Amino acid sequence: MAEITPLRSPAETGLAKLFEATKMRYPTGVSIAREEAFRYFEAVGLPTRRVEAFKYTDLSSAFRDAAHPAEVPSAELAAAVVAGAQGFAGIEAVRLTFVNGHLIADQSDLGRIPAGVTVTPLTQALSEGHALLDQLTPVRQASENPIYQLNTAFLADGALIAVKAGAKVETPLHLRFIATVSEAFSTATRALVVLGEGAEVTVLESHEGPDGVAYQPNDALDVTVADNAAFRHVRLNAEGREAVALSTLSAKLGAQASIETVNLVVGAVLSRHQVYLNFAGADAKAIVNGASMLNGSQLADTTFLADHAATGGVSRELFKTVVDGAATGVFQGKIIVQQAAQQTDGKMMSACLILSDDGQMMNKPELEIFADDVACGHGATCGALDDDLLFYLMARGLPKAQAESLLVQAFLGEAVEAVSHEAAREALVAEIERWLAARG
Amino acid sequence: MPAVQETIDRVRSIDLDQYKYGFETTIEMEKSEKGISEDVIRYISAKKDEPEWMLAWRLDAYKRWQTMKEPEWARVSYDKVDYKDIYYYAAPKRPAAMSLDEIDPEILKTYEKLGIPLREVEVLEGIAPERRVAVDAVFDSVSVATTFKAELSKAGVIFMPISEAIREYPDLVKKYLGSVVPVTDNFFATLNSAVFSDGSFVYIPPGVRCPMELSTYFRINERDTGQFERTLIIADKGSYVSYLEGCTAPKRDDNQLHAAVVELVALDDAEIKYSTVQNWYPGDNEGRGGIYNFVTKRGDCRGVNSKISWTQVETGSAITWKYPSCILRGDNSRGEFYSIAVSNGMQQVDSGTKMIHLGKNTTSRIISKGISAGRSQNTYRGLVSAHRKAAGARNFTNCDSLLIGDQCGAHTVPYIESKNSSAQFEHEATTSKISEDQMFYCQSRGLSNEEATALIVNGFVRDVLQQLPMEFAVEAQKLISISLEGSVG
Repeated sequence: MAEITPLRSPAETGLAKLFEATKMRYPTGVSIAREEAFRYFEAVGLPTRRVEAFKYTDLSSAFRDAAHPAEVPSAELAAAVVAGAQGFAGIEAVRLTFVNGHLIADQSDLGRIPAGVTVTPLTQALSEGHALLDQLTPVRQASENPIYQLNTAFLADGALIAVKAGAKVETPLHLRFIATVSEAFSTATRALVVLGEGAEVTVLESHEGPDGVAYQPNDALDVTVADNAAFRHVRLNAEGREAVALSTLSAKLGAQASIETVNLVVGAVLSRHQVYLNFAGADAKAIVNGASMLNGSQLADTTFLADHAATGGVSRELFKTVVDGAATGVFQGKIIVQQAAQQTDGKMMSACLILSDDGQMMNKPELEIFADDVACGHGATCGALDDDLLFYLMARGLPKAQAESLLVQAFLGEAVEAVSHEAAREALVAEIERWLAARG
Repeated sequence: MPAVQETIDRVRSIDLDQYKYGFETTIEMEKSEKGISEDVIRYISAKKDEPEWMLAWRLDAYKRWQTMKEPEWARVSYDKVDYKDIYYYAAPKRPAAMSLDEIDPEILKTYEKLGIPLREVEVLEGIAPERRVAVDAVFDSVSVATTFKAELSKAGVIFMPISEAIREYPDLVKKYLGSVVPVTDNFFATLNSAVFSDGSFVYIPPGVRCPMELSTYFRINERDTGQFERTLIIADKGSYVSYLEGCTAPKRDDNQLHAAVVELVALDDAEIKYSTVQNWYPGDNEGRGGIYNFVTKRGDCRGVNSKISWTQVETGSAITWKYPSCILRGDNSRGEFYSIAVSNGMQQVDSGTKMIHLGKNTTSRIISKGISAGRSQNTYRGLVSAHRKAAGARNFTNCDSLLIGDQCGAHTVPYIESKNSSAQFEHEATTSKISEDQMFYCQSRGLSNEEATALIVNGFVRDVLQQLPMEFAVEAQKLISISLEGSVG
């Protein structure tokens, strides 16, 4: 192959222009290196399939144009949109509402933040130079990722959530992201959750928006979990059908810290959810699950990286994908066990059900192991519904469609079961049922 | 859990300083000029007395190669080869031997020392009566002897150095050469297409079960040379052949390049079994010297019900970059890949397979065991893909790795791509799952978990091992018996 001189795509040129034109508008602060982030992004560009980490998800062609960053919505518009919001709507929670990527104080429960928790709007935290901002980007590998760097460069709003050492927060915090648009725009939000020693908190995160508009949300959640602390996280992606949705969760775990995160994907024409975990302290535990239900021409990419740097880490990953229509499921997982991380116990599993002739699934479960006393495994399966099981159910009088639904529900259920917050788990199950009912 | 002591001892016994084949043969050699150029390619082609079309093919490959870049995606790091500083052709000066008596006695001695039987008589007289193997011995750039040619030709089997086949069976060679690994497939394959010097050609006619094992034994001897062999095996309709490949090289402080291409074609109902015991010099414990093994091996199950099976026991080479693959084109065709890769010292292995399902009801199985010790890095990299029309495709993959010591690394990079809903792919990495029933059976008869695993793994690869020449089999047996206790995915 001859040397190829990189040509900028219209989207890349557009992003560069937007960055120059709008960077002065964004909240600034010492801890946020927008310029460096954008220079990094500029150097690598929007990844094509030639970039190994994006082998199955071609961002370069997904982004035809660079959409303008969304403006702050009017109070009336925000109120109207919030009234119709559905994600985790029935659950008792303290809500932080973002409309078009901007925190709407009027529609948020800033007045009834639970004891032990402080919430600072990110714009304010940045202009104040909040002390906890040095906890941003808890996992080194995330900063080698163009999606995450793009988020840093264009970061417009978000929240800084600090949970005091020892605080066991009962009521979940709900980060509610709602998009309402008539033409394409982009958003870049970041939430930072800092858990003190022994603290516990549950964060629900929902994303929803209208069908028919190709808006571009890019959200990031940075989490640092101190020793003995527990972070629980449930995420629902119900973005509009045309959205190109990028998201990154990066978390650093202290000694005996734990994280539980479950992501359910039904929305967006293209979504990529990235999870970066750094096992910095000994005996940390992680449960990372995902369930995707795809149809039409949807593509859902789950990219996962666990970096075990300390001894005795335990990680369990279970990703379930159901593919219908001409949709594509992508799973890329990587467990790194560093030399010091003896007695690591890692299990990564990706399972896929393909319900249609045109559906496809790409799996890439990697292991990178430098320690000799570990138990690491991975598995990947892919196939159609089991004919024997279908027959069994149909022989007992269930119509075919219902038998299929039952099997799919059971299949996805395994990934959702891990959610310890009961109402949130039920909300995800309801989401699965809704998808199956629509399938008919 | 960490590796058990028995395993550690076994691996140590095949450690680098135990390399038995590191001796050098002093012999007068004839070499091309150093480096690569059109002139060198013309020289090689003329040496082989090749027809014009072959030279044109080589020159075309060379032209393309000049525009290509060395691949860097593999998990290996090494000092880049200076392609201008190696000899692309080196052959013993003595003219090609017509009979065994004419071969340079030094070469005969070399093969004797390696335990490779070049004398048919001895074999026929019953020294090893049940183990008859036809051998093509390749010494640096040329084939020095091919045994049992006459007996094989009675069965219609063509087994000869590829340079001879180009002259004698140009139509067959033209039809199949480069049809599985295209000239521009990758950097090393293109280089090989330009400068390949020798290798084996095998054609099994329709309906023939090859009467004996065929094998090629590759020996790199000369300093500063690269070995570029090319093997082409065609199994016509309903035929069967089992082919073995062995390789060794002298101990040297500098690295030597080995860039081979192997192409297999199986037509309707044919079966090819290809086994390799790769024991190139791995370099010393500090990583000095050793062979760079950059090999492209691919089989094409072109016909319906065809089958290709790769078995490899990899212990040698400083750097290994090798992915024996199967293209399952014919309906109901089957591909298999069994691999045991042991790395020690500073060795780096990046190896695996590709199973590309194109036809209906195609099946494939991948069993890969990687064992890394010392300061080595051992990577399994594999692709399983089912294309849209590959209805009913099935794959089972099991790749385990074992680390001995805390200075080495074991990595797994599998790609599983399914574009067909009726394709069923399973990929797993737990030893206990190989066959719980069998384990239970063995254990209920008093075998320990480890003994049972060893027994099962042994039984699993036994068919293949039994068909290896004695010298290989002993070596391989030793490797297989390494228990897989404490392995990780």
